Amino acid sequence: MSVLSMFLPTFRSAFLSAALILAAGIGHAGDGRLGRDDARWLERVTYGLDTATVARLREIGRKRFLEEQLAPLDETLPKSVQAQIDALDISKIPATKLVADEVEAQQRIRAMPDGEAKQQARKAREELGNEYAYQAMRRHLLRAVYSPAQLKEQMDWFWLNHFSVFARKAGVRWLAADYEERAIRPHALGNFRDLVMATLTHPAMLQYLDNAQNAVGHVNENYARELMELHTLGVDAGYTQTDVQELARVLTGVGIARPDAPARPAWRHEFVSDGLFAFYPARHDFGPKTLLGEKIRGHGFAEVEEAVDLLVSQPACARFVSRKIAEYFVADTPPPALVEAMARTFQSTHGNIAAVLRTMFESHEFEASLGGKFKDPMHYVVSSVRLAYDGKPIANERPLVNWLRGQGEMLFGHQSPDGYPLTETAWASSGQLSRRFEIARAIGSGTAGLFVPENGGPPGSGFPNLSNHLFFEAIQPYLSKATIVALDAAKSPQEWNAFLLASPEFNYR
Amino acid sequence: MKRRSFLKTAAALPAFAAAGRLFAAPTAGPRFLLVFLRGGYDCANVLVPYASDFYYESRPNIAIARPDANVKDGALALDANWALAPALRGPIERLYLAKQAAFVPFAGTDDLSRSHFETQDSIERGEPADKRNYGSGFMARLAATLGARAAPIAFTDALPLTFRGAGDVPNISLRAVGKPAFDERQDAILASMYQDHHLHAAVADGLELRQQVAHEFEDAAQQAASRGAINARGFAVEATRIARLMRDEYRLGFVDVGGWDTHVNEGGARGQLAGNLDNLSRGLDAFASALGPEWNNTVVVVLSEFGRTFRENGNRGTDHGHGSVYWVLGGGIAGGRIAGQQVRVQASTLVQNRDYPVLNDYRAVLGGLFARLWGLDRDRIGQVFPRSAPADLRLV
Repeated sequence: MSVLSMFLPTFRSAFLSAALILAAGIGHAGDGRLGRDDARWLERVTYGLDTATVARLREIGRKRFLEEQLAPLDETLPKSVQAQIDALDISKIPATKLVADEVEAQQRIRAMPDGEAKQQARKAREELGNEYAYQAMRRHLLRAVYSPAQLKEQMDWFWLNHFSVFARKAGVRWLAADYEERAIRPHALGNFRDLVMATLTHPAMLQYLDNAQNAVGHVNENYARELMELHTLGVDAGYTQTDVQELARVLTGVGIARPDAPARPAWRHEFVSDGLFAFYPARHDFGPKTLLGEKIRGHGFAEVEEAVDLLVSQPACARFVSRKIAEYFVADTPPPALVEAMARTFQSTHGNIAAVLRTMFESHEFEASLGGKFKDPMHYVVSSVRLAYDGKPIANERPLVNWLRGQGEMLFGHQSPDGYPLTETAWASSGQLSRRFEIARAIGSGTAGLFVPENGGPPGSGFPNLSNHLFFEAIQPYLSKATIVALDAAKSPQEWNAFLLASPEFNYR
Repeated sequence: MKRRSFLKTAAALPAFAAAGRLFAAPTAGPRFLLVFLRGGYDCANVLVPYASDFYYESRPNIAIARPDANVKDGALALDANWALAPALRGPIERLYLAKQAAFVPFAGTDDLSRSHFETQDSIERGEPADKRNYGSGFMARLAATLGARAAPIAFTDALPLTFRGAGDVPNISLRAVGKPAFDERQDAILASMYQDHHLHAAVADGLELRQQVAHEFEDAAQQAASRGAINARGFAVEATRIARLMRDEYRLGFVDVGGWDTHVNEGGARGQLAGNLDNLSRGLDAFASALGPEWNNTVVVVLSEFGRTFRENGNRGTDHGHGSVYWVLGGGIAGGRIAGQQVRVQASTLVQNRDYPVLNDYRAVLGGLFARLWGLDRDRIGQVFPRSAPADLRLV
């Protein structure tokens, strides 16, 4: 493997000479050279540096690079990575089939006599469901590391976290892959209202927040509350418990399609269904409602569309969503003026996510914040692998999943509906930092098992060479004296790699 | 002594000497360890309501026999109503007789979701039911309230929710203590990169703790290596390590023990639950012994997210229920009794005709305990458990 090149005995002298070359001139991206802070800018717009991304920025400059990222045309993955994804069950079996099989299996299990065999059968199904959720994680990680559409991949994660579902609740594990693929990804850089509607009508969300059980006479407020508090308006937006109750009434009958329970003829004209989603008019409260002071006439599923329109057009929604995006990309406490500017764009474009991102990336507040945002475990793991293996396809994603589990940020693994926190304090405890350094060591020394295929096959060997051209061009200029002294004290290239990946500069973006 | 040699090594490393937070531990004051049994342990087969015929009717296959000198594996009577599971014969029985153990039945939350995750989270947060601050746990607020008296630590891989929101609380699992990834030279270099950084203390503490634990348990780690990894049943090994850290450095600890979700083949006097109890009680005993005289200055609370269905299910197990039994242990506690509000155990007193009710709210019970343990007034307790009136069970 070429990127796993053996230790260059001259790495320290190469370090010095390249540093001299670099000092000779800093240019402007677009004219073939990187400009001031271009590399740090890239660390925000993408998951992290690799040679291809830096080359692209050098070639076309920030402005065009950003436009390419905001409306990606090229999402081509390396062939072998695409083949890995294509080989997953979740790529081959549609969610409708997974769910139908599960319903059938559970019926079969229920009919079994109580005892060991029944318990085993139940456990086997649960493990299969967990395997599908695991496959969704693998797919997500492969795309995050290798897709050229790096901003879209970050927004895919961001929205999955914003509209968080927990794989281990009820049947969500069977639906997690489809949820990402059909509800989140198509809208990651699209329109916020579409995103809300797509999550609102996806069975994963309907099951996770119990709206599948929400019916007239048996109102369940769980989803209605989170739809306002966590998805659109934010907790301090001024809505009341009555608003929650009224929205819950609007959402009665919004549930999961049951092939075995077709709509009654009398209701057929009101029935709405799409794949695994169904609106059951017989379970809907057709009375009039008042939401945020607006009257909503009882007329079936159209009420849901009206309510969502009302929510996403609130100034509070524009501010809440803008603030959270800025918290993810800019700072733990984003500058209020920036949030206001983003919120204005959100409102004037009726929730155009790419436009809101453009306002943010082009702001001077964004520029001023570069290098100051602590990487959450997802950013840390993905950026480490991107830098270390530089586009070279890994053969095993399990170590990545295990690192995220160990750091407490597994995809589909957050139990409560608020998603993972986006701030430094959640990820920089002393125990988390020392474990993070252990990840740095595993990657730096090549002992992580990323090239040992899960189902056997020839294991790869060696360790990455991080003391390379990319380092001298895009990382070294930003290192503190303390970090340079530390790197210089390394006794082996493996150790040097570990120190670089553990350095403060690499742990911030 | 390992600690001394470690300190000497540490002193030779400027980065460590500069951090120094771990060694600023309080020299006196009570210790508190919270042991969270994840999965919802079946309290009715631990503190057995042996005076209740209804108990025996409800559990034809898994009930624990009434105390009787002639019956092998019978329950151990504690008073006229309650008896201890025979799996707790020995350590826990001894602690109870020495008035160093008490039980609080009908304890728990007002959360009736019967979801492991929701109820565990709501207990760890310790907020009123209508408050939904997901980022703040009660142990974190207790640490903040106690200030310099706290010295908190979580003996877990990730920082548990209950310790979130208090700034840097160290966390490290002591289940298996391996060699640290870095040697002390490398640690010093790593820490030096953060010398002028606001994360310096956290970085240095994390690396230092890792070394400290490795040094502290060098012998144990070698033994473990020769036997392979410490298995899941080895809570005694883990608890001994916890005691050693809490004896010297830490005052506020958290650890969790899993495997209590006994839907199938739970067993009675012997079997799955009894095996888990044996493991747990050996661990608690080891913890008490390892603390030595400091056990008198230590309180342990063992709790779980909920109890289980009072009636056994079709698989000779029990399903998710409601009210639980909390354990309070410590060398200096006023134990040897069943504390808190109680009610007769019969069908009519069950919640939804299936589970123990909750008469002793966990926030009130723990709040009352903390108030006595550290002399905290109502306002201080209100910071830990907002809008909860502490219940004084006079356990300490």
